[in-house]
Amino acid sequence: MDLYEYQAKELFLKHDVPTTPGEVCTTPEAAEAIATRIGKPVVVKAQVKVGGRGKAGGVKLAEDPAEAKARATDILGLDIKGHTVHRVLVAQASDISEEYYVSFMLDRANRCFLAMASVEGGVEIEEVAANNPDALAMIRVDALEGCTEAKAREIVAAAKFDAKIADQVVNVLMKLWTVLVKEDATLVEVNPLVLTPEGQILALDGKVTIDDNAAYRLESYEGMVDREGTDPIELRAKEFDLNYVKLTGDVGIIGNGAGLVMSTLDVVAYAGEEFGGMKPANFLDIGGGASATVMANGLDIVLNDPEVQAVFVNVFGGITSCDAVANGVIQALELLEKQGTPATKPIVCRIDGNNAIEGRRILTDANHPLIEIVDTMDDAARRVAELAAARKAGK
Amino acid sequence: MAIWLDENSKIIVQGMTGSEGTKHTRRMVASGANVVGGVTPGKAGQEVDGIPVFNNVQDAIAATGANVTVVFVPPKFAKAAVIEAVDAEIPLAVVITEGIPVHDTAEFFQYAVNSGKTRIIGPNCPGIISPGVSNAGIIPADITKSGRIGLVSKSGTLTYQMMYELRDFGFSTCVGIGGDPIIGTTHIDALQAFQDDPNTDAIVMIGEIGGDAEERAAAYIGKHITKPVVGYVAGFTAPEGKTMGHAGAIVSGSAGTAAAKQEALEAVGVKVGKTPSATAQLMREIMSKG
Repeated sequence: MDLYEYQAKELFLKHDVPTTPGEVCTTPEAAEAIATRIGKPVVVKAQVKVGGRGKAGGVKLAEDPAEAKARATDILGLDIKGHTVHRVLVAQASDISEEYYVSFMLDRANRCFLAMASVEGGVEIEEVAANNPDALAMIRVDALEGCTEAKAREIVAAAKFDAKIADQVVNVLMKLWTVLVKEDATLVEVNPLVLTPEGQILALDGKVTIDDNAAYRLESYEGMVDREGTDPIELRAKEFDLNYVKLTGDVGIIGNGAGLVMSTLDVVAYAGEEFGGMKPANFLDIGGGASATVMANGLDIVLNDPEVQAVFVNVFGGITSCDAVANGVIQALELLEKQGTPATKPIVCRIDGNNAIEGRRILTDANHPLIEIVDTMDDAARRVAELAAARKAGK
Repeated sequence: MAIWLDENSKIIVQGMTGSEGTKHTRRMVASGANVVGGVTPGKAGQEVDGIPVFNNVQDAIAATGANVTVVFVPPKFAKAAVIEAVDAEIPLAVVITEGIPVHDTAEFFQYAVNSGKTRIIGPNCPGIISPGVSNAGIIPADITKSGRIGLVSKSGTLTYQMMYELRDFGFSTCVGIGGDPIIGTTHIDALQAFQDDPNTDAIVMIGEIGGDAEERAAAYIGKHITKPVVGYVAGFTAPEGKTMGHAGAIVSGSAGTAAAKQEALEAVGVKVGKTPSATAQLMREIMSKG
């Protein structure tokens, strides 16, 4: 889970990373009140999980509370690269002498952590990496040893921080490492880390990504989940504990196993090219050991997506038994019928592997007008794309 | 005969008395695997279908001579379980558990590297099978047969799909390396082992979006692999910034895309199938030529 800047800064404060005081709010009046409390010039910053908000007019300076209110009015509701601004962070403005960059992240390739630091901060770090790679220090951090003081000094030396501020940067690095470990983060980035004219080092902006697998041991996790920024169908799927991602398209997808479902999306997209660009409407993995109930819940979610014209159930029974999958499909359709909202969209099923013959027999015997059985994944993808296109055209 | 798992493999199951552990122990045994023991702290002396349970890995090894452990322990306790297995110097630890925090995996992986004694496969993987010989994990055994193709994959069900599609040729070993951001055994490790295995003639490699493991594997293939390799990559339609089921399956900015992976593989002469069936067909052509 990517955090908003204000959430990242809350974690910084919790772990004593020096940063500027501020509060988040959703109305111009509240922004004015926060600026009054701070009692100094402030920066009003759009809270969106996308880069480049400064250029898009999402970061403004305000000398006094009235101006903070006016700037918050400008920024709230702004569309930044498709993200609507619902919240602004009002933080004490700080004078800047120099801007730096520091981060820790998971290094998948080397299966450890990586520290990056540069005295050329304040710009996109990808630009520094591309145009002036020597200015970006990259240092391996061992997962068991962590960022010790010696390691922090190594990073500071490699990035050529001025000796006068070395101790302060070492301190910040060690605190940021604490954030990474204690909050189960896979990324902790500060850009810019600034030096004020008074000689103080402050984290002015923060980007943190939390490992969702660690949610069970993080007390702050649930509170940081962004409900209003999440698709309503995704929220509903989450209540059923389903692994669902909303996409933009016409063909609903249900499969078992992340790899097979990703593959199904691709195969449907290829097949859809023939039928006016039919695309997958979602990713839904009902898991390796899927039961009939899980299939029923999944089908309910996908059929209720108004964008969906036809559904593709693609299951390879490894551990999952295909008869359970078939029963799940039938049960789901019966349930919808009972609820007075009978399904109206065609469902193409391809089931193979463990107990496939029995699974196909169950579906054939049910003789349901919406269900079609197709033997191979590629043919099934073509058929579902064809059905989706026809239904869309018929509307 | 196979890679990493053969007729000499003696398997213990950590978490054997749990529901998943028991279920899959039975499946492994039914497929011919030599499961010699289980480990659940505090349950020494119990048995599951006549297989003895021990309190810890060290006791289990001492009593049975086990050289493979399969870990079904829940995420919360997985790190401790793997570290215990490494301390007992078991040569192979297959970690099936899904949902382990990546900081824990980074730590137990480094711990295993430092010990120099244990290869880890997974976590979040279906395990490894040498059909007809042995089976450590949850891969169904009855969908394929023994043969001369090697298979390495990040995905469980795509592994099964491919095993099934090519069941008339059969496999030496199939390794599911797992879909997490950090995994103990990589595509490269498996490619290297298959290259050195006299009983593997050709290799299927299945990848997916996220990270750059496939690109690095491609570079390795270009330099070191002389056996034919066919590839498949899942996730061309995945949007940027969304995790697609597997914790590691995420396109970040322009990094980790399926297109980049396919390009890297094709650049070193690996034929990449557009769909799983097309990929199987490519392998079929190679195997038919002999």
